Amino acid sequence: MKLPVLELPSNRTDWLLLLLKMRTFLALILVFTFFAFAAPNFLTTANAVIVSKHVAINAFLAVGMTFVIITGGIDLSVGSIVGLCGMVAGWLVIFGIDLGLGWSIQFNTIEISFIVIMVGVFVGCLNGLLITKLKVAPFIATLGTLYVARGVALLSSGGRTFPNLNGSAEFGSDTFGFIGTGNIFGIPFLIWMLVIVGSLAAYLASRTPLGRYIYAVGGNERGASLSGVNVDRVKMFVYMFSGFCAAIVGLIIASQLQASHPATGETFELNAIAAAVLGGTSMSGGRGRIGGTIIGAFVIGILSDGLIMMGVSSFWQTVIKGLVIIAAVVIDQAQNRLQSRVALQQEAKFSK
Amino acid sequence: MSAAHPIGLSIRGGVKVYPGTKALKGVDFDLRMGAVNVLVGENGAGKSTLMKVIAGVEHLTEGDIYVANEKIHFDTKMDAVRHGIGIVFQELNLFPNLTVAENIFMGNEPTKFGVDIDTHHQFEQTSQLMLRLEQSIAPEAPLGNLRIGQQQIVEIAKALAAEARILILDEPTSALSAAEVAVLFKVIEELKSQGVGIVYISHRMEELIQIGDYVTVLRDGEITGSRSMEGVDLPWIVSAMIGEKSKDFPRGDNHQLGDEVFRIENASLLKEGGVFTVDDVSLSIRAGEIVGLYGLMGAGRSELLECIMAQHPLSTGDYFVDGNSVGNASVGERIRRGIALIPEDRKRDGLIQIMAIRENITLSALGRFAKFFNLNLRDEADTADEYVKRLTIKIANAENPVSSLSGGNQQKVVIGKALMTDPKVLLMDEPSRGIDIGAKAEIFRTMRELASSGLGILFVTSDIDEVLALSDRVLVMADGRITKEFPANPGAADVISAATPNLTKELSR
Repeated sequence: MKLPVLELPSNRTDWLLLLLKMRTFLALILVFTFFAFAAPNFLTTANAVIVSKHVAINAFLAVGMTFVIITGGIDLSVGSIVGLCGMVAGWLVIFGIDLGLGWSIQFNTIEISFIVIMVGVFVGCLNGLLITKLKVAPFIATLGTLYVARGVALLSSGGRTFPNLNGSAEFGSDTFGFIGTGNIFGIPFLIWMLVIVGSLAAYLASRTPLGRYIYAVGGNERGASLSGVNVDRVKMFVYMFSGFCAAIVGLIIASQLQASHPATGETFELNAIAAAVLGGTSMSGGRGRIGGTIIGAFVIGILSDGLIMMGVSSFWQTVIKGLVIIAAVVIDQAQNRLQSRVALQQEAKFSK
Repeated sequence: MSAAHPIGLSIRGGVKVYPGTKALKGVDFDLRMGAVNVLVGENGAGKSTLMKVIAGVEHLTEGDIYVANEKIHFDTKMDAVRHGIGIVFQELNLFPNLTVAENIFMGNEPTKFGVDIDTHHQFEQTSQLMLRLEQSIAPEAPLGNLRIGQQQIVEIAKALAAEARILILDEPTSALSAAEVAVLFKVIEELKSQGVGIVYISHRMEELIQIGDYVTVLRDGEITGSRSMEGVDLPWIVSAMIGEKSKDFPRGDNHQLGDEVFRIENASLLKEGGVFTVDDVSLSIRAGEIVGLYGLMGAGRSELLECIMAQHPLSTGDYFVDGNSVGNASVGERIRRGIALIPEDRKRDGLIQIMAIRENITLSALGRFAKFFNLNLRDEADTADEYVKRLTIKIANAENPVSSLSGGNQQKVVIGKALMTDPKVLLMDEPSRGIDIGAKAEIFRTMRELASSGLGILFVTSDIDEVLALSDRVLVMADGRITKEFPANPGAADVISAATPNLTKELSR
């Protein structure tokens, strides 16, 4: 919400606060520099493209997750939505919609993308309705949709993979592969999408009434409601937006692999939560920034790819990732304590 | 009389300072055993603080506590319990999903070998306690199935199970029916004869005079009267409670009142058990008028305001702003129509504590800074600053979280938030709660200014001075109903007696 402090701080506490505020960014610089020296080929363009593609997938989910967590909720279903949306995309590319009697509707890439995104938003909408209208706790509601969406994904193919999603030129779906593998001006298309979605989300968070309401609902739901904020509408939005982000990821993966597998996206929700938390999003709601989340996703992505390049065992990677997340939360709490102490002192000094 | 009732506990020169306020200012208090020691005073007079000090929940800033002429210090509530002090809070601290016996021995379970809870012993003890209290409550009954009155008895039993010699009852009758009150009084008589010293806090004067042996009156953290109950009557208590001269609040100028801006028609709210929390309330407020709604805790005043703000889906009744019904409008729509609420509990209802001052003050009126969906942050910050100046909110930086402010300044932020929506009627629930005297005076001055600029104000208070000094008209509420209406400057005793629930019940019979 606040712009980074540009003027140089005058005393030690302020310096410390500034360091703590920029901690995710510092961590990013730290891991980046470390691997630049420690891992061979880390600083090549080819590697940068690979890493950024890995990061983007987690970053999309984490952006959607950030809004949900800011409202004080959680969305466990995103991984399953990724899987389901991948299967829907695969089905549409291969079969279209079968009307029976030998008739079917075939779609071009844009139409397929639109339908897939609608599926993601629809599952998000279900989450939202469960949480707002039926008052199911977000953890339980999205745990339920996690299983349902995964089950539907498995049912769609009987557990098999939809292979060879090349599309056909006749129906205009041969460009399906572009979503995950295409480049514009030498930069992957999916990175462009991340830039657009990320900027839109950051703008929404800081400069629109809806964004402000998202923070207000997470900070104090009752207070927000009494201030005239339509709490239910805000919650519906965040879960639908999270579903939207998950659908994009489903599309990207299906397009990258030219295949869709119903188990795609398992445990993705945990990585998304980790990126959001690493970026300074508070699990108790009301606090968090899109920029922080994206940096958080980069820290996690660079960390795991860099460790692979160094040849560290993937078991150790898991351990290290966990430690980094715990450290992030501990530092986050230290920052909040310091920040509120500084604010208190300022106000106390002023009121004297 | 004092020979029969030895002093069991005394406080000398008790001072308790909270950040910003002094809750107790040098209190000397004697608690007599085998008697009912009644404690009266308005909300915020320091009764609860005094009791919390005795129960070891709070610590005195200065002064000492003596038990049997020996100076002691309670570090924790458990310390006090060991010295035989039990407290029953107004809000019951029980577990509805556990049995009566489990509740009574919560945190104090008799065990075999230190781990295995001795259920049999627990049941037996509970049965004995119930026998002592002459109650037929089964030890194995789930607590949630009991009536509120019986739950109260369980709380008392819990204190007795810890061998309490001193029992503090904080407003024990506020949730009880007349029959349950009679049972409670019998229990109290019983305990008295067993030598237990009882401290009894209540707002119901008739009750106090009926049951009390000694009376202590608190006002603004000082003891203004302390004597044996013999010869004490209602006028004596009231005069000790409110003092000779009222606090110095700004008096209303004789400004002209405008047309009706707000009207409530037949507002009702049913709570569990078939009792009305708000019982068919109708009232009307004119532009520029300050209407004081006086009543005791639990009279249904806050609930009435919550009904107006669409917080109780099951409530009935209709509300009119400038003659137009608000119907089933949402909270946001009601705010746009010109209703603004300043809730009683700032922390819970009024503010988003972790958000910045600026963000809080503009939260209800964000629409006016938005073009389509784009917020003009500069415009927002400027307007927030303007309101900060207008309400003389003392802040160092509008970007600091609102939680860093003092109570008085936080309250002004809530008022600023309400005013930014350009309301026609302002509903204020205990606007002076938890803020110091200086800030209070400023808030009242602001209320006066707002009224003279044509706003209708309905404010709820339990402070008799406030309601007398500020109101152009006083409404008194008790048991969910408006029991009486007074013009400006009514007599304090009349207002207080109209607010006493038991009295009004008898009158209506």
